[in-house]
Amino acid sequence: MGEINTNVAEDETFDLSKAESILEKYKHIRGSLIPVLQAIQFEYGYLPEKVIDFVSGELNISVNEIIGVATFYAQFHLQQRGKHIIKACSGTACHVKGAKQIVEKLSEKLEVHVGDTTKDKLFTLEEVACLGACSLAPVIMVDEDVYGQLSHNTVGNVIDGIKS
Amino acid sequence: MILDERSEGSKVNVTPPTTRIMVGMGTCGIGAGARGVLKSIESELARQQIQAEIVHTGCIGLCSYEVLVDIIIPGRTRVTYKNVKPQIVPLLFEDHIKKGEIVKNHVLSQMAAEEGGGEEPYPSVPFFDELNINKSQHKQILRNCGHIDPDSIDEYIARGGYEALKKVLKTMSPEQVISEISKSGLRGRGGGGFSTGDKWASCAKYSADEKFVICNADEGDPGAFMDRSLMEGDPHAVLEGMIICGYAIRATSGYIYIRAEYPLAVKRIKHTIEQAKKYGFLGENILGSGYKLDIYIKEGAGAFVCGESTALQYSIEGKRGMPRTRPPQSVEAGLWDKPTVLNNVETFANVPPIINKGAGWYSQIGTDKSKGTKIFSLTGKIKHPGLVEVPMGTTIRQIVFDIGGGIPRKRRFKAVQIGGPSGGCLPESLLDSPIDYESLLGVGAMMGSGSFVVVDDGTCMVELARFFMDFCARESCGKCPPCRIGTTLMLDILTRITQGKGEESDIAMLEEMCGEVKTMSLCGLGQSAPNPIKSTLRYFKDEYVTHIRDKICPTATCVALHRYEVIPDKCTKCQACIRNCPVKAISGSRTEVAFIDKAKCVKCNLCYEKCNFMAIK
Repeated sequence: MGEINTNVAEDETFDLSKAESILEKYKHIRGSLIPVLQAIQFEYGYLPEKVIDFVSGELNISVNEIIGVATFYAQFHLQQRGKHIIKACSGTACHVKGAKQIVEKLSEKLEVHVGDTTKDKLFTLEEVACLGACSLAPVIMVDEDVYGQLSHNTVGNVIDGIKS
Repeated sequence: MILDERSEGSKVNVTPPTTRIMVGMGTCGIGAGARGVLKSIESELARQQIQAEIVHTGCIGLCSYEVLVDIIIPGRTRVTYKNVKPQIVPLLFEDHIKKGEIVKNHVLSQMAAEEGGGEEPYPSVPFFDELNINKSQHKQILRNCGHIDPDSIDEYIARGGYEALKKVLKTMSPEQVISEISKSGLRGRGGGGFSTGDKWASCAKYSADEKFVICNADEGDPGAFMDRSLMEGDPHAVLEGMIICGYAIRATSGYIYIRAEYPLAVKRIKHTIEQAKKYGFLGENILGSGYKLDIYIKEGAGAFVCGESTALQYSIEGKRGMPRTRPPQSVEAGLWDKPTVLNNVETFANVPPIINKGAGWYSQIGTDKSKGTKIFSLTGKIKHPGLVEVPMGTTIRQIVFDIGGGIPRKRRFKAVQIGGPSGGCLPESLLDSPIDYESLLGVGAMMGSGSFVVVDDGTCMVELARFFMDFCARESCGKCPPCRIGTTLMLDILTRITQGKGEESDIAMLEEMCGEVKTMSLCGLGQSAPNPIKSTLRYFKDEYVTHIRDKICPTATCVALHRYEVIPDKCTKCQACIRNCPVKAISGSRTEVAFIDKAKCVKCNLCYEKCNFMAIK
């Protein structure tokens, strides 16, 4: 562990201070691993390996266990992601209203597969189980905004709107 | 008492002294464009220098009419405008706010005058409660949604909020609270339908240094959004129910476990907790009763299985959310092995009205064994999707046709999927069966949390079963093999069938596996995972047979089985298919029947969906 931590210090591009202040806040609350990981992902956009090592040392939880938790929940990502996260809903209501075409169109437009990030690191395309906006089906969520009643013709406009 | 002064002093008038403009700002309103409308209203107010109060409300349940804008001018009733776009806002100002005239093209309804309010109604505008969509509803739990500003505790108090908590803390012992809830017949709204009173009572009998009350707001069922709407529209009601439960079982702290996919609900609940603390409804020595309770928010991290109570508790503890064997039940050893009561959002929202109006009143609503009302999120192929609240025992037909307005685009009703991935698909022949816990189980579905997805005759039931199995296989936590392997194998079989590679023996194999997964899985989610397959096999077996034997998908949903052709006699030459074809594979004109070039066709199914005359097979 110590060895990895020294590497971190040498890595100029990497900043552990955000992780430090997060841990300062949660360190003494029991069961805080998930909120810590959520806060880290919010700050860094994903869970960098070096930060996981750091958290492991601070919370006294093995790296194994942290990776176990991180890979169990759909929310956590171990790879760097795009600036904007597109969540295409594949819930029941969206499914019967043509969510599949929406995802295909997005994947065609962005030239990525579901789960991947565009080359320019602007968008990551993901499928989620349900966004709970079923009456507007089919819907997608970009970051925290929901776009509803889409069709394969209109979904591209959403992306263009965000790009500009 | 601190409370009395506060609540009396801060009472707000629900019929305001100045003009009031209410904009539906739930997730669905925002998704439909409420932010743009709001901006336009603000700039119009500034431009015209009109004094008016803008209020953000939660969802009133009429999702197909979003964006909804309500206008109240002093002395007149509240008028609701539907499908409002930024362009029509100036018109609303010009006619309604300035002249007091209704904008006829966009008006939906008006609210009846408040009791003793005497507001003057507008002529020839229908009343909200008399709209077809609202007639058969019984809005008890949604009473405040869309009517109050969810961020304002004062408005909740003005409509009788926290009265139940006062009554409980001042006049009732914990035992009395539990007995009242038991007598009301309230059952858990999260799925299983366990008696809430019994759950509280069995937790209350254990004593420990710490006890917990948990609100399960991890609404994971695809197709369900009532918990989100409740938290966005009337968050204080949920909190009040939780505090009452906490008092009844002597909980020392509480948790609300919310899905991170609901950012607005998380924000509202956070604000709600802060306000409740400020008013003395939460924290140390609540209302001077000596009872202390703190409630924390835990954001879920995206795992369907965390809707299961033991998995949810592990998740709060910061572990992988995998269910464990029971007993011990959570009421004995739940969160951190301490006695814990875990109820769903809607269940807690039922508590304040029961306390206020009494168990006797509550138990008159509903059927013999299922009391009260149930909120359903009505979605899918339906004219008026939205949030509906009906007494238990209402029939499926009433919900689909009376409230939902039936199936759009001249299609036929085929089935309704109730209860999400744990529920089942019910066919037309069961339209008149009542909705309550027992009846639904009897016909092979379950209440679940209350998703209600209508499908029309263009939906393939095998593909729908495959969709749910795909969901279950992906969301299986992997702890027990029957669920982990069983769902994957069943998904394989279903995928094969939808690709035209089904075998005669598949149906028998599926039936056998359904039984095995049901009996051998560890938790409720695994046990109910086969339900979508079981119910479609029970009611739509012929569709499986056609897929397997004839290699035909009767609804032309399964792409691998497609051969798109135009039926010349049915084609009206409307060219809808031609306009929508993404690869320009269809030719034809106003005088010529459409023709599909099979070499160009990518089998996207859009022409089939867009054809209103069933002219494409």
